[in-house]
Amino acid sequence: MERQDQRIGLLSAAPIGMVLFISFLAPMLVIAIFSIMPQKVFSLLNLPDFSSYKLIFTQGYIKSLLWSFGMAMASTLILFVVCWPLAFGMAKVFKGFGLFITIAVVVTLFVSENIRLFGWVLTLMKGGLIEGHLRAWTGLTFEGALYNVPVIVFGLVYAYFPFMLFPLVQGIATVPDDARQAAADLGASRWQIFYEVDLPLSAPGIVIGSLLSFVLAAGAMAESKLLGGQTVIVIADEIETAFTYGQNWPLGSALSIILILIIGSLSIFGINRVNLDLIMGGRRS
Amino acid sequence: MSRSARIALGLYGMLAILFLYLPIISVGFASVSKARYLTFPIKRYATKWYGKAIESSTVQDLLVTSLSVALLVTVISMVVGFFGALAFARYQWRFRGTFQKLILLPIFFPQAVLGLALLLWFNALGIIPSWKTAVVAHLVWISPIATLIIAIRAYSFDPALEEAARDMGASTWTVMKEITGPLLWPGVVSAGLFAFLLSWGNFPLSLFTTGADSTLPEWLYAKMVSGYSPLVPSVGILSIFTSIVLLLVGVIVMWIIRARSEASSANAR
Repeated sequence: MERQDQRIGLLSAAPIGMVLFISFLAPMLVIAIFSIMPQKVFSLLNLPDFSSYKLIFTQGYIKSLLWSFGMAMASTLILFVVCWPLAFGMAKVFKGFGLFITIAVVVTLFVSENIRLFGWVLTLMKGGLIEGHLRAWTGLTFEGALYNVPVIVFGLVYAYFPFMLFPLVQGIATVPDDARQAAADLGASRWQIFYEVDLPLSAPGIVIGSLLSFVLAAGAMAESKLLGGQTVIVIADEIETAFTYGQNWPLGSALSIILILIIGSLSIFGINRVNLDLIMGGRRS
Repeated sequence: MSRSARIALGLYGMLAILFLYLPIISVGFASVSKARYLTFPIKRYATKWYGKAIESSTVQDLLVTSLSVALLVTVISMVVGFFGALAFARYQWRFRGTFQKLILLPIFFPQAVLGLALLLWFNALGIIPSWKTAVVAHLVWISPIATLIIAIRAYSFDPALEEAARDMGASTWTVMKEITGPLLWPGVVSAGLFAFLLSWGNFPLSLFTTGADSTLPEWLYAKMVSGYSPLVPSVGILSIFTSIVLLLVGVIVMWIIRARSEASSANAR
């Protein structure tokens, strides 16, 4: 039995293992090698130098990196605050309505992200849904709400809302009602229950949710391009430019490697702290 | 929890849904505006842009490309996801922990960067990008998600069922076909539905990997950044409409499967 599990386990893992090898691990290796090639070459058959990395630290690419991570941090914090009450309601209070919200949120995920962001452009622009109607009904007007840093953060909050919400719901659902009740009986205030019971016991959900929204926001590009115009150049945008207009694959690869190293180590750190069997299957292993 | 707090939470939930759907509503209004240059409030409504979109041969080509990519991604994701989920949740094998983490990792990676990395990899292999390479790109992100969805189902079934079949002399293949397959089937169908819809709407993975071909979301993005085109809202709504129709079909199929399995278990009793 045990030996059979070993063999079938490995065999079953093989197909997706192959897919991920071809589409994930091998490409990562290729950009790692490209990142140490000399500037503007298109083949791996060159003597390595580390000029791309030198360029990154002298040409102000760090600024884009900081913008990306700063806005990702801001949107993650906002998302946590915005999603917590809703997640609490979905896990503990709502019944049928919770399922309705779940379905409504999942359906938005199936609408292409650019269409939804484009919808915000139509909503927020001068002459858009909000400003246009405001002007027609009250005569008041404003210059639209687009092309600044806050609207990019707003876009990130919008785009990654489900990625914070669902892990939080899962996390809060694992907090036993008895523990909250016991704390309340012993005289804990609402704030104390939140801080001493809810927060620590739903930690796995919080970790996954924050991590997902942070790393996805850090690597995002559409929000800053569609909503932010050219206010800020984010790191994913710099990477795209290096590959396309810049025709400098080694530079683009080196920028990618830096982004991937930060995101990858954060992800591995987070994933290692979470018991997947418990979160997904409700089993301790 | 007090009644007023419940009501406040419910209102908050409604507000959140409005927040999520507001931009889609704007696109909907824009798609039926008659004017070539859109301003709200809309004065005259017309459906002519839908007609133009459906007639356009560009849009038809985009549809065919998007459909081909999504269908292939769906089939492959269902197959590899089925086996992957068993390795993820069911069998106790030595590298299961590592395997679980490897499956999760691509989901956390920025998709545009994954696409670019694939472009370099195809270039190194001498493959010219086309919609077929986009299928590989979509699989990086979508096949792990399919695996996770089926894994949730795999966690919930009792391994004793498989063991009983095996004790009675069923081969590994028979156990797969008669026990494991039917038990996981609902998970496989919903994974397929997710795979199709996520591939249909995906933009960042397609951006660098489709070569000369173009998918619907890619075309929409190109039009959005190059200035306003009245076709963008109507094509966008058509793409959303396709997703909704498919979603409904999927939900109905799931219902039928559930009803039939309940009927057959009732018969068995």
